[in-house]
Amino acid sequence: MTAEVDAHIVVDRGTFRLDVSLRIEPGQVVALLGPNGAGKTTALRALAGLQPLTAGHITVDGVDLDRPDLRRYVPPERRPIGVVFQDYLLFPHLSALDNVAFGPRRHGVDRRAARDQAADWLARVGLAEHARRKPRQLSGGQAQRVALARALAVHPALLLLDEPLAALDARTRLDTRAELQRHLAEHRGAALLVTHDPLDALVLADRLVIVEDGRVVQEGDAAAITAQPRTDYVARLVGLNLYRGRADGHTVVVGDGFALAAADRLDGDAFVVFRPSAVALHPHRPDGSPRNTWAATVTGVQRHGDNLRIQLSGPITAAADVTPAAAAHLRLSPGQQVWAAVKATETRAYPA
Amino acid sequence: MPIVDKAGEVAPPRRQRIPLGLLVPAGLGLLFLTFPLVGLLVRAPWTTLPQRLTEPGVLTALLLSLQCATLATVVCVLFGVPLAWLLARVEFPGRRLVRALVTVPLVLPPVVGGVALLLVFGRRGLLGEWLDTTFGITFPFTTTGVVIAEAFVAMPFLIIAVEGALRGADSRFEEAAATLGAGRWTTFTHVTLPLVAPGVAAGAVLCWARALGEFGATITFAGNYPGTTQTMPLAVYLALETDLDAAIVLSLILLTVSVAILAGLRDRWITSP
Repeated sequence: MTAEVDAHIVVDRGTFRLDVSLRIEPGQVVALLGPNGAGKTTALRALAGLQPLTAGHITVDGVDLDRPDLRRYVPPERRPIGVVFQDYLLFPHLSALDNVAFGPRRHGVDRRAARDQAADWLARVGLAEHARRKPRQLSGGQAQRVALARALAVHPALLLLDEPLAALDARTRLDTRAELQRHLAEHRGAALLVTHDPLDALVLADRLVIVEDGRVVQEGDAAAITAQPRTDYVARLVGLNLYRGRADGHTVVVGDGFALAAADRLDGDAFVVFRPSAVALHPHRPDGSPRNTWAATVTGVQRHGDNLRIQLSGPITAAADVTPAAAAHLRLSPGQQVWAAVKATETRAYPA
Repeated sequence: MPIVDKAGEVAPPRRQRIPLGLLVPAGLGLLFLTFPLVGLLVRAPWTTLPQRLTEPGVLTALLLSLQCATLATVVCVLFGVPLAWLLARVEFPGRRLVRALVTVPLVLPPVVGGVALLLVFGRRGLLGEWLDTTFGITFPFTTTGVVIAEAFVAMPFLIIAVEGALRGADSRFEEAAATLGAGRWTTFTHVTLPLVAPGVAAGAVLCWARALGEFGATITFAGNYPGTTQTMPLAVYLALETDLDAAIVLSLILLTVSVAILAGLRDRWITSP
């Protein structure tokens, strides 16, 4: 079976090179997740046809949309795509209804039918009564929904969403995310979501592709990625302490010869992870029990939910979550010496 | 926006003092621009004004001026807007040269422009001879010639205004239109043009004003025939040689009509939305 979307996106822009492979099945939502400047938006623009490829290919439903080696390039207006832009880009001179009807009109639907379809789409996103408003009369959340309706109204084989929730405030974002999830579930084509927000990616996408510095560093479903991060960026996103080292049985040597005891048995290059909440802090060296202990210096204290997140330096840098009571008891403040301990059963190791 | 202080009270907006270094030259500039107009008003032959206004030649020249300036503006919009789009949106070799060429009529003395037009469209001109022998069309010393001369001088004003508006407009709206299936032409007519409409209107008004006051190129290329090519500025010039009061009256009429029209348009179009 052919994938709905099969792309190998290579774009050279001066010193920056984007080289990303993507496959998206029909009905699937893939999130392209990565820090700012990783090349996510460039990849989206290449799929939309707004940025020509340097090499590689973009194939949707078996049709080559961009293939530099065969000198094949389909301009954006003839691609089966829909795009929700980060700041929506609703046409300011058109009403919400005419914004949504714009796509169907360009695809040969007559004026009346296009308006009927647009009204239908606006009703589906719950904005039937706002049809005649101009974009500047809509709230951020409403504009986002009009932008989604406008992109879906052309029945795209590939729906592209560029940071669709980034411009919204926290409360609107929650509602809009739930709404977006519903529409993505109904969308029969493929969908690609570009975001730097791990929550958007985890809630909305079936599969995550993580891009750093123009390359895919990890991909898989949410469970796999949150359990076994492979880069510092991913580890930070999912809130884990991550180390890379060499495993020999139950011991993994990381950094400058510091040995961590892990629950899993492994040989060769390995990653070790443990949760910040698994780190216990002590004023003195704890005795007994076969666990990992090391002397550490507090470098930072931040609120983290109901707890405090303590940043530690030492043989390994780590984050530890402690209760405010424990922090007060230990009088934790930057520069203070403490002992950190993690049980071997709390650490997981997996091949690098 | 009102400023809210710590007590939650709305503070009155702070009066900004205008620096003298700006206020004084601004005032002098305003005086410099308006004083000649005051001169016209003071020296106007108010007692004989009613008779002079009803002289047949005056109305003819005024109507001809308005018609020609409006036609010239239409010509400039039809050709100038696409040219401005080309300059603003399409990368092509020699774009800088083309942009410089477009602004040549701005620095060229209008009389020289008129001579140049004669060399091209005159009876012996590069195109004129062919147009005359093939179609029997001649432009010099006709009303069409007035429109051509005015359009030649006024078009750069429109192109510069529209190109500026196009550069200021967010071209990502055009990308959004493309992703919705709009080709370049449809994008231009349905998205770009509505977005820069205020800029086009402003450019057209500037262009019209310049065409209305056009003198040098018109008198050189189209001559000074009452009824066919004698526009208001030309009538003023002719009157100056014989009858100063008539010249002042003509000037006042031109002034009143153009100020009225410009003020009317300014409120509706030029103020940004």
